Formats: sequence, C-alpha cells, structure tokens
Amino acid sequence: MTTREASIIEIRDSLLAGRTKAVEVIHEALRQIRAVDPQLRATSQIFQEEALARAEELDMKLKKGEEPGLLAGVPFTVKDNICTRTGTTTAASKIIPTFRAPYDATVVLKLLAAGAIPIAKTNMDEFGMGSSTENSATVGPTRNPWRTTHVPGGSSGGAAALAAATRGMLHLGSDTGGSIRQPASYCGVTGIKPSYGRVSRYGLLAFASSLDQIGVLQSSARECAAALSVIAGRDPMDSTSASRAVPHYLGELERDVRGLRLGIPTEYFPDAIDAEVRARVQEGIDVFRRLGVETREVSLPHTRYANPTYVLISAAEASSNLARYDGVHYGHRARNPQGLVELYARSRAEGFGAEVKRRIMVGTFVLSAGYHEAFYNKACKVRKLIRQDFESAFKEVDAIVCPTSPVTAFPIGAKIDDPLKLYAVDILTVPANLATVPGISFPCGLTSEKLPVGLQIYGRPFEDHTVLRLAHAFQMTTKFHLAAPPVYAGS
Amino acid sequence: MTKSKSDPTDGTPFEAVIGLEAHVQLKTRSKMFCGCENRFGAEPNTLVCPVCLGHPGSLPVVNRQAMEWAARVGLACGCEIARFTKFDRKNYYYPDLPKGYQISQYDLPICNGGEVEVHFANDSGVVRRKIGLVRIHLEEDAGKNIHAEARPESWVDLNRAGVPLLEIVSKPDMHTPEEAGAYLRMLRLIMLYLGVSDCNMEEGTLRCDVNISVRPRGSTHLETRTEIKNLNSFTHVENALQHEITRQMKIKARGEKIVQQTLLFDPEKGETRVMRGKEEAHDYRYFPEPDLAPWIFSEEWIESLRKSLPEMPAVRLQRFQGALGLSPYHADVLVRDVVMAEFFEEALETYDKAQSVANWVTNVVREESNARGISAKEIGISPARLAGLVRAIDEGKVSNQKARDVFKAMLGNTRAVAEVIGELGLEQISDDSFIRNAVKEVIGKHPGPVEDVKKGKENSINFLVGQVMRQSKGKANPGIVLKLVKEELGV
Ligand SMILES: [Zn+2]
Repeated sequence: MTTREASIIEIRDSLLAGRTKAVEVIHEALRQIRAVDPQLRATSQIFQEEALARAEELDMKLKKGEEPGLLAGVPFTVKDNICTRTGTTTAASKIIPTFRAPYDATVVLKLLAAGAIPIAKTNMDEFGMGSSTENSATVGPTRNPWRTTHVPGGSSGGAAALAAATRGMLHLGSDTGGSIRQPASYCGVTGIKPSYGRVSRYGLLAFASSLDQIGVLQSSARECAAALSVIAGRDPMDSTSASRAVPHYLGELERDVRGLRLGIPTEYFPDAIDAEVRARVQEGIDVFRRLGVETREVSLPHTRYANPTYVLISAAEASSNLARYDGVHYGHRARNPQGLVELYARSRAEGFGAEVKRRIMVGTFVLSAGYHEAFYNKACKVRKLIRQDFESAFKEVDAIVCPTSPVTAFPIGAKIDDPLKLYAVDILTVPANLATVPGISFPCGLTSEKLPVGLQIYGRPFEDHTVLRLAHAFQMTTKFHLAAPPVYAGS
Repeated sequence: MTKSKSDPTDGTPFEAVIGLEAHVQLKTRSKMFCGCENRFGAEPNTLVCPVCLGHPGSLPVVNRQAMEWAARVGLACGCEIARFTKFDRKNYYYPDLPKGYQISQYDLPICNGGEVEVHFANDSGVVRRKIGLVRIHLEEDAGKNIHAEARPESWVDLNRAGVPLLEIVSKPDMHTPEEAGAYLRMLRLIMLYLGVSDCNMEEGTLRCDVNISVRPRGSTHLETRTEIKNLNSFTHVENALQHEITRQMKIKARGEKIVQQTLLFDPEKGETRVMRGKEEAHDYRYFPEPDLAPWIFSEEWIESLRKSLPEMPAVRLQRFQGALGLSPYHADVLVRDVVMAEFFEEALETYDKAQSVANWVTNVVREESNARGISAKEIGISPARLAGLVRAIDEGKVSNQKARDVFKAMLGNTRAVAEVIGELGLEQISDDSFIRNAVKEVIGKHPGPVEDVKKGKENSINFLVGQVMRQSKGKANPGIVLKLVKEELGV
C-alpha cells in the first residue's frame, strides 16, 4: 500500500530553505491533477497559466528576500460554488454556465494573501444539492479514487476525490448538511466543517445561508488546522461571521487529549448503520480510550427529527437564495419568451437540474401562506430543540463521536433515482449544521471491500480546535489517513 | 368642525376611512446593505457593486446610520423602539429586484405605535389632529425599470437598488383627502427637521400608497377597502382620494359591494384603474433574512438618540404661538420652512420683538428667497442684520415702506443698517417740532379739506397726512404726522 505524508505545511519551509521553487511546486501539483483527472473528473477548470504566473511572482519575491505568507506556494483548489476572479464560478449548474465573478471570495483573498496559489476549481453537486456529485450539470459525475465505479460522496466530491488522489494541496469545500464530511468519509480524507460563523461566507454561492459553511478537505487534521488558521476569522463583509479571536490551531493540536470527555450518542448508532462501518467506528473509539480519552454515553433525543428539519429549512432558504437566477440579471435566459412570466419560468425550467428544482419547489411550498406555520416555523422550532440537545450534551462532554455516514461509498447510479434514500445518507451530518457546531470527519479504516470509513467528531461552537486536536491525536497513533487509494498520483 | 369644500363626503351619509403607507428614502451617505454611494441623478448603473447588484455569493451588511435614523424618526413620532429587531426576506420576482427578494422587516419592525400631530387650516380655523401610526420599518429600495417608447425593450437602472427606505404605516385615522394631505406634509416636515430625507416627491424620495374605504357616518366598522399604489405628489394623493371616495360612495349608494382591489391612479385623466384583484395578491413568503444577525438596540443608545432629537414641528409651532406670541399664520409659515424658522430664531437673538421679526421674515425674506429660488440663508443678509433693520423700523428710524429699499441695499454686503439708511437718505423724521411745523403749514394751505375734517369727513385727514408726507419727501413718521394733524385740528 502506498502511503503519503502531510505536506502543505512544509512547502513554505522548503521554499525558504531553497530546496524547491514555487514554480516546481505548481508543476508537480498540475502533474498530479492531470494524472488522475481523466479517471476521476474531479475538476471543472485548471488554472495552469495563471497558477504558474503567480508562482513565478512568488519566486521573485522570495529571491528579493520578502517574507512569505504562512501558506506560501501552496496550490489550492476551489469548489465551483466559491467565487474566483480567475475563470468561471458555475456551482456545476447550467443556469450560470459562464458566470465570471467580478470579485474573489473572502476565503480566496485570505489564501492569496497567505501566498497560496489557486490551481483548479472542483466539481460538485449542482448548487451543493446532493450527496454523490452525480448532480453535476457541467462536468458530470466525479468518481471515487478508491473505486472508480463508486461515488466520491458530495457535494464537495471533486475536492474529496482530489484530496485522496493527490498530495500537497489545499482543497476548499462547503458544507450545508455534510457536503465536506460525507465525501471526506467516502474518499478516506480529513474534512472539517468549521463552526458556523468561523469562516466568512462572502463569495460562496448560497444554498442555505443559515447552514452553509466553508471548510477544507485534506490528508490530515494537521493540514486542516494550518488551512483553518488562514481562512478563519471575522469578515466585515459577512455579518454572520464571528468576531471572537481565532485560536492558534496548530499550537492547540499539540495539547494532550488525556482526560478529555468524549460523548457517544446512542441515537447516532441506529440499526440502519452498515455493520462494517459500525465495527470500524467502534475500533476508532477504542483508539481514543487508549489515548486516555474518557468516553461516556450521551443522549441527543431530537436526532431523529434532524433530517426532515434540515430538508425543510435548507429547501426554504434555497428557494429564496436561488431566485436571483431568473434569466433577467444572471443566468441562462430562455429564447423568445412571450412576456415576463414566461421568461422567468422557462429560463429557470431550462437552466436548473432536477434536484435543484425539486428543492426549490419544496422550499417555495413550505414558505407559502397556509403551510408556513406547519412546515417552516415548525422546522425552526425543532432546530432550536436540536441545538439545545447539543448544549445539554456539551455540559457533560467535551466532544461527541459518531460515524460520519451510515454507509460507505455506493455505486454511481445506485441512489440517484430515489431522493429519499439519498437524503438518508446525510442523517449523521446534518445536525452539526442545524446546531452550528464544528464537525470533522477522518478515516478510521477500510471495509472488506477496501472502501474507507469515516469517524466524525462534533465539538462545542467555536471549539474547532478541540475536534482538530482529537483527530490529530488519533492520527498520531494510527496510519489510516496515510493510506493511498488505487488512483493516486502522489509520489 | 365644519367640513371643508374638498371633502367629497360632505353632505352625504358617508364617512371615508383613510390610511397611508409612506415610503421615505433616507439620504444616508451609503446604501442600506453595501458601501455604494446613495445619490439621485447619476448615470444609470454607476452606483452599484456586487451586493446591490445581487451578485451570486455577495452578502448584505446593515448600514448603522440608517438604523439610527430610523430609530430617530420613531422617537420623533413617539413610537416604541424595538430593543430587538430583525430583517426578513420578501420574496417576489420583478426585473428591478436583482436578488428575487427584497430585504425588509416583517414581524419585528424597528418602531411600533406612535402618532403624528397634524394641523391644517379650514373654514373653522386651524384644526389640530393626532394621526396614529401602526409601525415604521426599514427596507431596501428596488431599482427602476425604464421602458423604451417605440421598441419592445426595457432597461433596468439599479442605482436606486438598495437605497434605505423607511415605510411608515398610519392607522386608518383619516377621513378627508385634506387630512391625508396634511398628514403627509407633516411627515415630510418631520423628516426635514431630522435631516434624514429630502422627501422630494418628484425625485421619488417620498412615495405613498393609500387605503380607502367608505362607511355610513357614525359606524365604527372597517369595511372593504381598496389600495391605490405609487402616488408621487401631494396633489395626486388628494386627487386620487377625492376620486376614489366618490367612486366608492356611488357604488354604496347603489347598494352594491366594494371589491377589494389594488388600483393605480392616472393623474392625467384623474381616474384609477385596476392593477390587481384580491385573488392575485402576492404571497411574499416572508422568512427571517439568514444573512443578517438580529439587531439589538441598547437602552443607552436609544436614550442618547432621544436626547439628540431636535425640536419637532408640532412643539415648535406651540412655542412660536405661546412663548413667542406669534399669530397662528406666522407661526405656521415659519414652522413649515426649516431654514426660514432657523433664520427667524437667529434674528431674535439680535432683536427679540418676535412678531415684528416674523412679519419681515415671512414676508420680505420669503419673497426674496422664493423669487430667487434659494433658501433664506442664501439671500445675502444675515439674520442679525435683518433684525437690525426691523429694530430700526420699530424705533421709527425708517418707514416700513422705505425699509424695503434699505433691505435691497443691504443684500450681498455687510454694511450696517444705519449706514445704508443714511446713504439712501431714508432716515425717518420723528422729531415732533419739525413735523408740527409742517402740519401747521399744510393746514394753512388747505382750508377746504380742514373744513371737511371738522364736518366729520375721515378721508380728508388722510389727504392732509399725505400732503405732510409729500412735503417731508416721505421721511416723516406717518404715525406721528397723523397724531399731530388730529391734535392741531382738535379731532
Ligand atoms: Zn452596492
């Protein structure tokens, strides 16, 4: 089995020591992407010229002795729903197939300021709606590097597949109900959805504003910590971003986890969980016990309402967030419409994919007069209860551990025709978004079919450093995160 | 109170019930949710950015000045200021609305309750009334659709999109078009006093929707109403109400029912036409704006705003009439013009005979500023110098009539009153012995009129006074001349 070491943190030092040049780092990253992309279809665009130009610029600066940023020379990929001045931002939708953002998202600006270099945009489910990256209207399905007949999970499936199949890059994803953690789990990488408000959403094409959060997918918790230390923090352009101080994530990793209390919620181990997933997760929990972490059972009694609550709230917000793609200001415009109403109706009917339309219709329905109280308002009340579940649990424990997904990666086409089956894949990840808590998924072994299983840790709001610290401690004593998939380009 | 002639229900068994929704554009430096300049009359689509264009990925940030001004308006109207307020999305499609929703306020507006005291003159003198308010909330304005005359094309100008808009909803407390007009004028005055809006109906910074129903006089029941949208002048408001009240009375007189409708007023034809019926009413699917955190007003902040409020028109009107003893007419004219009222008050610091100063300010100063289309402060005479002129008149140094020439000569320079009077040779003669000599001379010359006076012909006194004035080249004090003529003739 090939193994890989975390490396984005070392790039800066290598540049400073003159062991390598930024241009070489970018060439290597491009080589890796080109080696795996024909099989995986993980990217939507590759910024070869722009990336090399930036790398040359960085090399010049280093030559002049300028102090490089924390992530100097680190190639990064951007999920296609995050705005970049370079290239297009399509959210994998045919409704804005050529949209060129006039600005960079705040996370992109922060990475650029830290010396990182955008190299590609990654494939996804249209507008983040999906758990398999099969709903990409622009690129088509992305494939799982562990088995290319299988999905990588979604919606950040392109980022997850690349994170698994390459090394030495940073991958920006977004997570509305599990869109970072579930593909991280299916592809055997480490993905963090930070606390809501920890990372600016400015420049993220909104799916559900109160649930969306930008995060990263990496080979290790340590890489995640390095990335988060650059992208986290208050953004005056995003009123929902938090002003509390950003902890020193890399420093926090080194603190001993002995004595931390880890909660095991009974509700997160239902019968529907695949037996092998259950076994790997239990073994993972044993690793924590050996590390001196206390474990105890906790209860999150409203868990079973989390998925319907998520479906209603995310659809309601999506129906409004996606209203701007109406053929008048943005997006695909129908030809020769008879009047304004037909212009709207046909442009949207032609431009959006089936899953997006389904959610817009659900969202419009649950906000409509007569149904608003029974659906949307009720869902908001249940969301509060779910949040309170976590608040109570976090009085007894410092973090919560559970599987990331009830199942492992499934074959392409297996669930796409049954939206309810597909939504069920999210049941263990949506509570983090509803409760605005941080969640991390990292590999805890493979099934007999050689498919990765993800372990998930939830923390208190703004204790992203605690979930990173636990994952890091786990990765210091295990080698699951170092396992490379069959499709792997890292050397 | 007798009804004025403009009341179409006068002499009928009906009473009209009128409520107003006024939209006031705040003249904050920047727009409601972005940093774009807030200004009227720029080239189309030049005052725009990703936020007010509704660009994918952009997020709103609340303009603190707009929040403060909205609270100030609320405090000036005696509203309860919400300690906790939030924004909501009002979802609908229209080309002038780039996001497909308007950020507005639904169930927790900034201000609740309150009232506006209006006063207006009619047959029975000055009427004062208090019009109740339901609420005041803040929202963003939409852009402007511009339709081509000859071709089937429309354009959208988004300079206005995102401008802070205050919606002020009155109770259905008004019964005549005149009352409604007076209310709207007072609202405008309040905004001018607070300096938060120009309330220029031509530029659309004040717009108005009205609700009208008609009921049997004496009834307290609220009957089916119609709404007339987008009235953009005080005259249109009054004319539209006249028309609609008359139309509804005719329908009711025939024993038919009023249909709930939204109407548009055609000022050219003086008619209304149906815009949409009840069944076509929008379902705006309001829900809390997830991109903005709720807004908390602290007690201290509200108190500091309350303390910084200027004197409001109704209070000033009472002070001018009460403490200063002005006539209702003069007090009213001054209060309606913020700059003129300030000019008046500054003049009082030099000369405190309020009514004399008021006469001059509301008459000569006003004529001058109106004729030149500039404010009282710009006509070229300081309040102190004007006060000096009024004092000179009161002290008999110049006649009221000649003082107008002095006033003209004082414009645009800084010369003292006495100097100008002297230079023009317009000093008034109030010396008794000098005038008595002139009177004696005139009486000697005109025995006929003297006889007439003694027979009781009042007019002849005026003739003799005129002769004295002529002989003194208009400089004699006419009051003293009259007194001495009467004395000499013993009448
Ligand atoms: Zn703007």
